[in-house]
Amino acid sequence: MLESVLVANRGEIARRIIATAHRLGLRAVAVYSEADADLPFVREADVAVPIGPAQPARSYLNGAAVLAAAVQTGAQSVHPGYGFLAESHAFAASVIEAGLTWVGPSPDSIEQMGDKINARNLMEQAGVPVAAGTKQPVADEAAALAAAELIGYPVMIKASAGGGGIGMSAAADPAQLAAGFETARSRAERFFGSPAILLERCIHRARHVEVQILGLNDGRVLALGERDCSVQRRHQKVAEEAPSPGIGPELRASMLATAVRAGQAVSYRGAGTVEFLVDVSTGDFVFLEMNARLQVEHPVTELVTGIDLVEQQFLIAAGLDISFAPDQVAPSGHALELRVYAEDSKRFLPSPGTITEWAEPSGPGVRVDAGYAAGNTVTPFYDPLLAKLCVHGADRAQALQRARAAVASFGIGGLRTNLGFHAELLESPEFGSGGYDTSLVTRLRPG
Amino acid sequence: MSEVRAEMVANVWKVVAAEGEAVTDGDTLVILESMKMEIPVLAEDSGTLTRLAVAEGDVVQEGDLIAVIE
Repeated sequence: MLESVLVANRGEIARRIIATAHRLGLRAVAVYSEADADLPFVREADVAVPIGPAQPARSYLNGAAVLAAAVQTGAQSVHPGYGFLAESHAFAASVIEAGLTWVGPSPDSIEQMGDKINARNLMEQAGVPVAAGTKQPVADEAAALAAAELIGYPVMIKASAGGGGIGMSAAADPAQLAAGFETARSRAERFFGSPAILLERCIHRARHVEVQILGLNDGRVLALGERDCSVQRRHQKVAEEAPSPGIGPELRASMLATAVRAGQAVSYRGAGTVEFLVDVSTGDFVFLEMNARLQVEHPVTELVTGIDLVEQQFLIAAGLDISFAPDQVAPSGHALELRVYAEDSKRFLPSPGTITEWAEPSGPGVRVDAGYAAGNTVTPFYDPLLAKLCVHGADRAQALQRARAAVASFGIGGLRTNLGFHAELLESPEFGSGGYDTSLVTRLRPG
Repeated sequence: MSEVRAEMVANVWKVVAAEGEAVTDGDTLVILESMKMEIPVLAEDSGTLTRLAVAEGDVVQEGDLIAVIE
């Protein structure tokens, strides 16, 4: 097994990775920016190395500084978490080049999946259904308008190198496409370093359902069930659940088998996620993207399967067998994850500030993955995720009940949070019925 | 005269308007960035932008002055 790991991330995910590292006997090294010196993950690591100022570009995205910290502390491996350098094939390659173990898929897999246009084309060749869309970057507005005529409106405008919903928008007609195209291009350039734009047919009513895969060292790819991530605001996930209440056994089996095929097509190794959109009216599903890393919402899969996914990542990276027998995986019960953001519950506007009170809920089936504690300052430099409030129940009704109680008893003071939104979500008949789609939040917050 | 102030702690990502310019109610003056979200700051009045109190790269606190329109 590995002896040590440097966690190239911050907040809740750094803390969560450190916890499994410690359970497995690995020494854990944290890196942190000036803004994060007081956060729990820095304290909980065995060693913590400051790597630069608050701005992500000068700290968590500075691959050279992260790698230098790994070398300096004698870390044997690097776990990137999600975001930041997790999907940088160049960083992964530099870690391997330095003689360290990369806890993630190969740089090749990352590169193949990082470009959405390339990923779509590859998946189509592998027999994975994709939505009608452009097979190469759209050069300019005229090309976009021409492509959209062939695809059919409405279309989604996306950054090919993008992720996290940033810079994504829908266009219902040529006027909206013309207006949205340049914005999308400049955001793509700014956030992802590439102006390449992809147009894709927009599905009117869709659920976002993704499959957790695990690529083993012997080449097998396992599918560990699905997660429904249809509760989104600004194309970003707010709540997730497993299993999806919106798909039946046949569709589930078909999606899991397709996800395995997608993983095999890129010889995937380690934990990854294949995202699909399910058309609510037809029951058809199409490939959206593949995330070559641990996913934010991985805890719901862990709660229903009892499998520690970070442990499997370490085992696979170390060239070892996973900790469980693939044919013995028996998902049980229902899990929910509510992303607790530092943002107001009405308009979802950012609300950085200092946390004066932090009281986590507890009880049967409750798991809180938190990045902060009382006294910490939440700065504007990073995403607004404060904590993931996760619950598990024997069935969906029990999970919902536990979630309501947990939300009501989560005490956070000093800044605005979206806990109020979660309370409403859990009471909403549409969410409660399970029959919702990605426009649920827009219906709860019209205008 | 109307003063435009920051609604939250944020970084000034882009300054769109320039001092001395005529602006109309609803025009974007600057774009703030907080927690990976772009937040346009709009003129709440029409007139002349007599003061622009921030520059790109600044960090503003909630309530900080961003611009003055007269």
